[in-house]
Amino acid sequence: MPDIALQRNTIVVQKEIEQRSPVCYHCGTSCASKAIRIDEKFFCCDGCKLVYEILDRNGLCDYYKIEAHPGLTQVKPTRNDKYAYLDSEDIAKKLYKFTDGNHTIVTFYIPGVHCSSCMWLLEHMHKLNPAIIESRLNFTKKEVTIHFRKEEMSLRSIVELLTTVGYEPYISLEETEAKKQSSFDKKRIYKLGVAGFCFGNIMLMSFPEYLSSNDSIEYQYSNLFRILNMVLVLPVFFYSASEFFTNAWVGLKQKMINIDVPIALGVIIMFLRSIYEIGTGTGAGYLDSLSGVVFFMLVGRVVQDKTYQSISFHRDYKSYFPIAVDVVTPEGIVSRHLQDLKEKDVVELHNDEIIPADAIVVKGRGSIDYSFVTGESEPVTVDVGQALYAGGRQVGEKLTIQIVKPVAGSYLTSLWNHNAFSHNKVESDKKNSFINVLSKYFTVVLLILVGITGVYWAFVDMSKMIPSVTAMLIIACPCALLLAVTFTNGNLLRLLSNNGLYLRDAFVIEQIGHVGHIVFDKTGTLTEGSSEYKLSGDELTEVEKAAVFAVANSSNHPYSKALVSYFGNKPPVEVNNWQQYVGKGIEAFTDSGKVQVGSATFIGVSEERYNKNAACYIRINDKVTALEITPKLRQAIPGVIAQLKNSHKLSLLSGDNDRQREQFLQLFGSDSTLQFEQKPVDKLNYIEQLQGAGQKVLMLGDGLNDAGALQQSNVGITLADDVNNFTPSCDAILDARRFGSFPGLISLAKSGRKIINITFAVSIIYNVIGLGISMQGLMNPLIAAILMPASTVTIVLLTTGLSSLMVKRYDLSLRPLTKT
Amino acid sequence: MSVIYILVIASIVIAGGFLAAFIWSVRSNQFEDQEGSAMRMLYDNELQESNNNKS
Repeated sequence: MPDIALQRNTIVVQKEIEQRSPVCYHCGTSCASKAIRIDEKFFCCDGCKLVYEILDRNGLCDYYKIEAHPGLTQVKPTRNDKYAYLDSEDIAKKLYKFTDGNHTIVTFYIPGVHCSSCMWLLEHMHKLNPAIIESRLNFTKKEVTIHFRKEEMSLRSIVELLTTVGYEPYISLEETEAKKQSSFDKKRIYKLGVAGFCFGNIMLMSFPEYLSSNDSIEYQYSNLFRILNMVLVLPVFFYSASEFFTNAWVGLKQKMINIDVPIALGVIIMFLRSIYEIGTGTGAGYLDSLSGVVFFMLVGRVVQDKTYQSISFHRDYKSYFPIAVDVVTPEGIVSRHLQDLKEKDVVELHNDEIIPADAIVVKGRGSIDYSFVTGESEPVTVDVGQALYAGGRQVGEKLTIQIVKPVAGSYLTSLWNHNAFSHNKVESDKKNSFINVLSKYFTVVLLILVGITGVYWAFVDMSKMIPSVTAMLIIACPCALLLAVTFTNGNLLRLLSNNGLYLRDAFVIEQIGHVGHIVFDKTGTLTEGSSEYKLSGDELTEVEKAAVFAVANSSNHPYSKALVSYFGNKPPVEVNNWQQYVGKGIEAFTDSGKVQVGSATFIGVSEERYNKNAACYIRINDKVTALEITPKLRQAIPGVIAQLKNSHKLSLLSGDNDRQREQFLQLFGSDSTLQFEQKPVDKLNYIEQLQGAGQKVLMLGDGLNDAGALQQSNVGITLADDVNNFTPSCDAILDARRFGSFPGLISLAKSGRKIINITFAVSIIYNVIGLGISMQGLMNPLIAAILMPASTVTIVLLTTGLSSLMVKRYDLSLRPLTKT
Repeated sequence: MSVIYILVIASIVIAGGFLAAFIWSVRSNQFEDQEGSAMRMLYDNELQESNNNKS
């Protein structure tokens, strides 16, 4: 019975869908027409339908039951032999994790993974091909590990299978170079576990020490507890705390006093004094404080060093280039590793492939999309004999090119040889970081105070010298300061990522705190990928629109696609003699007459009808209409700019022409600098110029064309529609959907410094009280034992409380975004 | 009161057991992919069914 109800339900749902514009069963995009269908299921394109058919044939349709429309849109077809280079065993070998000649393990990074259906399908790969033994997905890292029999199935066919079902793996040169696994993080977790275990037990066994007096019964056991504590503290001191000692030692060797020096000093003094007290039977020592300090410090560092496993912040030009290209040789077409590409090599470039090195066109006509390199949003037409620059993307027909410069010497890669890339930004940032500067003074002042106290007691009362000096070093251990910093940073990192801003590491928070000038990139950053379309000129009738729609629908050119999406759905019209003139336009005959779509010269536009904003023209009979395409501004832009204008200087750098200058001038106001037609190097130089004038610059960009500027600026933030996509090397990645809260996020990061200062002030009060008492030689273990954890707890509570408060104040959310 | 010797040893052994369990779980990659396992269990049942059908 329930089955019937269910069926009726589905019928109702499907009827509803039919009445509305149908949605692709596979990927959920709305379908332009109802032409592509199987039974009652509609598809937006043949690609999606193909995936459905494959899954249907293999009984994998549960894929669609777990989540509705789980697929990724398949409109971008991949070329048949795109992965031919994987047939070369040399390249394939680099991707294998393990192989015994037959059984092979390989791991791919798949950016498209996003839901439980993805996981289900990727782990059922063995049903699609029996040569696949097992596949397992690490969802957090978006990595799928596939075990397969190499003799039955090649690596290439695995990749192609993944690609056909919509999960194209990302394979780059970088991945083929040795991949380092960081076991470092895990080590710290072990250390933390050990420290936590010992800390808890030592606390428990220290209880009788505080509760008992000399004559009670429990006193006889105190020696047992002390010895047990002594044993328990050994792993804490020698294992868990080891990184403080090594860090301090490394710092001292470089003649630098870092924050670990006073901590290591404090821990060692505590340890030695405890041994002395327990050995002589004069006291219980400070073992509980020691293990507590180590435990909390480690917690702070683990919190602060939270990493975003699926996001990569360090990418150079190599990540954008293909692994191999098709080289034309006398023996035929050979796919060759990019590193082995030489000058004068002739390369075949297919639709949607990236130009690997500077070259000239030998055959074919190029329509090159340089948007990633220059920021210019319109494709450039290139004829035989003209030069091409690396990084551009060919759109359209196959192109034969001859390489004129080696990959490493091309115009694009020369950007990476600029100074900005040669020095290690992270290292120099860390050296001058607030905490390291402060700890230098802290340590010096502390040592002077200790010296004075020591000398004083040496003259007044020799017996009190050692106890008071050691007590000072123990109490003044700057763990409060370090805790304030690590917990505040860790908490802010978490809160910022909840709101869509992913920072490379905690030092970026500090850098944001200094920023006074914000530079924006235009294309892709302020404007969205999509555009606004407008027709201007002669009015078209519905019948004529349908004719234009039918003609444009057969072409893959971006302008044709723009026209199709602008018109929406139109009734089918018969098209005859459809012809495409590459670089000019398209032409066809319909019942309404001859239809032409293309450039001004192709259409033959008269001067009075010329429209400087037009992307292309439509001529149908005698009517001429221009299609205007203006990149759409992101919705939140006006609000964001208005808020930032008050507190920062703003600049706009664009690789595009200044068609939109007026619009942006209104937005930014006259105080801001707007520069158009900026090459990547110009952007970099502009940032350098600002820094030369003593300003701290934050750059917000998106493409490869901003890579230099992002690297040069104090904080480089990449705006990404999908944070797992490939972004240029940067300090932080901002989720484009959260662009509206950008000013709030900046303010939140800036408040980090304030929070640290407040918490630090509180901990100073603790320290002053503690130091005051111990300088007089009055400190006893009980007070020290109470002060220590009390200050720790206060700091942790204070810093989390304050940062949550700031989040509320800047209208951000405390909880992570929902995934969809 | 000498029972305290046994109690102390027992408590440390038990706590040590938990420490060992923690280290084992980290070492065997149980914290590598926390989202994935939550989803994988959604289709565990259906997986078994299809295995039964085969046999």
